[in-house]
Amino acid sequence: MERSVEAFEVLEPGILTTVQDLGRFGFSQVGVPPSGALDAFSLRVCNLLVGNEEGEAGLETAIMGLKLKALRETVISMTGGDLLPTVNGEYLRMWRSHLLIEGDILALKGVRQGCRAYVCLRGGVAVPRVMGSKSTFLSGKFGGLEGRPLKKGDILYTAELPGPWERIGASFPSDWIPVFGREMTVRVVPGPQDYHFTVPGLQTFESSSYQVTAKSDRMGIRLEGSKIERRSDAEESIISESLIPGSIQVPGDGKPMIILNELVTGGYTKIATVISTDLTKVAQLKPGDRIRFEPVSLEAAHRLLREQEERIRRFRDSLRD
Amino acid sequence: MGLYPKMHFLNMGDRGLLLEFGDEIAEEINEKVRRMALAIRSEAVPGIAEIVPTYRSLLVLYDPMNLSVIDLKKKLESIEGGLQQSPFPEPRLTRIPVVYGGKHGPDLDSVAEYHRSMPDEIVRLHCSRTYLIYLIGFMPGFPYMGELPEELVTPRLKTPRLSVPAGSVAIAQKQTGIYPMDSPGGWQIIGRTPVKMFDPAKDPPACLRMGDRVQFYPINEKEFEEWRDL
Repeated sequence: MERSVEAFEVLEPGILTTVQDLGRFGFSQVGVPPSGALDAFSLRVCNLLVGNEEGEAGLETAIMGLKLKALRETVISMTGGDLLPTVNGEYLRMWRSHLLIEGDILALKGVRQGCRAYVCLRGGVAVPRVMGSKSTFLSGKFGGLEGRPLKKGDILYTAELPGPWERIGASFPSDWIPVFGREMTVRVVPGPQDYHFTVPGLQTFESSSYQVTAKSDRMGIRLEGSKIERRSDAEESIISESLIPGSIQVPGDGKPMIILNELVTGGYTKIATVISTDLTKVAQLKPGDRIRFEPVSLEAAHRLLREQEERIRRFRDSLRD
Repeated sequence: MGLYPKMHFLNMGDRGLLLEFGDEIAEEINEKVRRMALAIRSEAVPGIAEIVPTYRSLLVLYDPMNLSVIDLKKKLESIEGGLQQSPFPEPRLTRIPVVYGGKHGPDLDSVAEYHRSMPDEIVRLHCSRTYLIYLIGFMPGFPYMGELPEELVTPRLKTPRLSVPAGSVAIAQKQTGIYPMDSPGGWQIIGRTPVKMFDPAKDPPACLRMGDRVQFYPINEKEFEEWRDL
């Protein structure tokens, strides 16, 4: 293992900042959810920008308030929602790598768009892997930095890497950078329990705009809006089964709830699942934002995923040239 | 309807295929879930990323970049067809010590009252048989086990507790479970075990496995404290 060196001091932790990689897999059957970056696409690009493996751990920070002091020369990048990052008061361009020097202050000034931003540093965040992953599992209280959000005074360590990163200033193509509005449409594949709902109920789901409530966290996003009608012969609960990020549960009150990365099983009917490529938008919803659901075929979802992976592959290759 | 003659396929997004084997909580259905999980693992199908067995269904997470859903379904149907021949291990029996009642089992007396019985009789019944672990879920290491004797079937608490201590042994409807860590909970707490159910630093992290069987036995307060000192 590489030697770890001090990289940042946490001056202010912000509303919620956690260490996350792409998640902890293979333990769902002992009740351990994946955790990991809610916006995995942004974390992957963020890592590539600083020359890390795309699955390295970075910081996920929500809404506002994070303030870090660089303790040495460090290459960083920021992606995800635009939380108005600044360095020593100057606006920092996102989706691009930058060199910070000792004493530089990285501070987020507020929300321009989206909800969650990612900070990656060359060498990654040095924390022990727990069950194969560096991701923080908040309700399980393990992973990341002692299983908790960052707090004031924490020191973040990174692996000391041999040699400099040649691609400082590299940026992600601007037309591939996702735009996060206050009203977004996400695509879904119907099921597994769409047949529990009436035809008008399904129409309600597909045609309504739902508002994100404050009861939203890394486990799920609760929505407010039109009630989705259930078939009179269908029960509200089912025998508990697996959940995945993007599962859309409809509990007894008929209001949909989008499951995120910190739940493994649930006993409510699931009307649809957000497609992989659109989880990035879901991760960027904040209270007050609005969302619409658009059903697509499985084939369409797979085509969109191939297109996204092709863009990431081309970007990765471009950094090597 | 019980166990389906053939599994049903349901889409769970663009990376998940849910295999459903029946429509109730029953040992026969749960055993088919576990047989299928074991058979899929032993085939090591390229493109299958993870499989997650639950009460009556099995989620297959796949990589659509490397495995088409058509090929995946064909493969799974062929595995299901050969299931009778595939080997299946005997369940392991784990005995779990429990201190019943008092401060460790605050609902034992009211459960006894509900059944017009005595606390000692509730303890005897709870220890009277082995339980199948249908599923480990809800939180890390929480085993859902059943079925309870008819005389122990008890509804959940009307108002869930905000905090249940780790190790609490509880019952709800036809099932019994153990809270592996401090958490909110709505099950009736009848006792507490000193055994650590989940430790992320261990391999495997959970002390129990889905498909294994559990039998509880009573211990006293002193034995409980001594165990915890270990």
